[in-house]
Amino acid sequence: MSHLFSDTALIFGRYLRQALDSKVGVVFGLLQPMFYLIFFGPLLRDVPLGGEGDSWQTLVPGLLIQLGLFSAAFAGFGILLEKQVGVIERMRVTPVSRLALLLGRALKDVVLLLVQSLLLVLVAVALGLRAPVLGVVVGFLFVGLLTISLASLSYALAMRVDGPQGFAPVISTVNMPAMLLSGILLPMALAPGWLDAVSRCVPFRYLVDAVRAAYVGDFGWDTVGVGALVGLALCAVSMTVGTRVFRKAGA
Amino acid sequence: MPVISTAGLARTFQTKRGPVEAVRGIDLTVRPGEILGFLGPNGAGKTTTLRMLTTLLAPTGGAATVAGCDLARDPEGVRRKIGYVAQSGGTDPSVSVREELVTQGRMYRLGKAEAAARAEELAADLGLSELLDRKCGALSGGQRRRLDIAMGLTHRPVVLFLDEPTTGLDPGSRAELWDLIRRLRDGQGMTVFLTTHYLDEAEALADRLVVVDRGTVVAEGTAAALKAQYGGSPEATLQDAFIAITGRRTAEPDTAPIAV
Repeated sequence: MSHLFSDTALIFGRYLRQALDSKVGVVFGLLQPMFYLIFFGPLLRDVPLGGEGDSWQTLVPGLLIQLGLFSAAFAGFGILLEKQVGVIERMRVTPVSRLALLLGRALKDVVLLLVQSLLLVLVAVALGLRAPVLGVVVGFLFVGLLTISLASLSYALAMRVDGPQGFAPVISTVNMPAMLLSGILLPMALAPGWLDAVSRCVPFRYLVDAVRAAYVGDFGWDTVGVGALVGLALCAVSMTVGTRVFRKAGA
Repeated sequence: MPVISTAGLARTFQTKRGPVEAVRGIDLTVRPGEILGFLGPNGAGKTTTLRMLTTLLAPTGGAATVAGCDLARDPEGVRRKIGYVAQSGGTDPSVSVREELVTQGRMYRLGKAEAAARAEELAADLGLSELLDRKCGALSGGQRRRLDIAMGLTHRPVVLFLDEPTTGLDPGSRAELWDLIRRLRDGQGMTVFLTTHYLDEAEALADRLVVVDRGTVVAEGTAAALKAQYGGSPEATLQDAFIAITGRRTAEPDTAPIAV
């Protein structure tokens, strides 16, 4: 336990350096939400979206969660590659903290996602987004929470499967409906009753709603508060699963 | 006082087609400063045994002590004292040699300056000094093997486990690696536990051989003793003895899953 902090810092540093070395990776993950922002965002300007604030205040929070959803969920790919060349096993034979092997990587993903989110918000501001600074900061906190949760799950899955063929299909199958059902592109306020009900079973929806509320300056319990609770619960479950998988020998 | 001792060490995998007993019960002892050759046909349980002794896989039966630490109760103690070089190596092709060596030192809890100095020292010992700033992916097969071993030596382990260390190497690199392994033992009194498929390697390098088949130890002794006992005549080759011990059957595919 006494080494958890320094071990995490060590693993974090290693993977952050690798991530920053491939600048392509940083930009690549941003492409999809950036396209939505630039090529889809302007279409919504005069469409009634059922929420408060303007269309940018509705779309940008959705795109932030989408960015987290897709980038973090695929984080495990790196581990698949490392497993093939024996890096994971080599690290597991050292006394390095098992939890640090997970935390160091997940924190790297958080930093990367925050940089990408910042770039996304800056472009959105140039396009016309106006939102309270505190709201934007709260949005980043939610992105961080989502990232650490999904990245942990993704790393855990990658440790358990044999190769990319057991990994990518699972992530894609979960992510696509999760994205649509959390009202990322258009708010669920527009949904018929049944769809709204289904979407309430998807935890990401509460994060999207919370960030949207924060972007219009509403920090109430029923929006940001609920989102924070759901986000923290998601994080607790994911970290528990991730830690278990990383602790267990044989992976 | 043996540096490794196991009693009934066993591992059963639960698969969809029922339990598979990859290792049924291994009893062996390794003395300090010994080079032990661990032989057996494919699927005999060599790799599974090695993965248990190096804490990568929890045994489902039996007990073992490695470098004075109980394998089940104190795996962290074992990790601090052993080095393990897997067949696949374990360095990232996109990372520099120096960074891998320094990070490895840090994972063994060396301080920053200490880890950097140790990386230089290891590189000098293993002829990697010129290559420190290259990417691991740019090394030749022999160079990469020396790096893998350097990684395993970072913390001056009491026991070094080598899984098929010369597979895929050209004859020159192979001879070089044999010299290196002897040097480690003679110079530092390190115990070396190595698996190999090459009987000439086992004969040239190991002080004593342990042959496993179907998950248990079926023979052990010096190469000369095995040849005399199983080969039928003093002129017999180790191959004759090996086939007499394990039976002349074709190698079965490894039934034990690598990752569970």
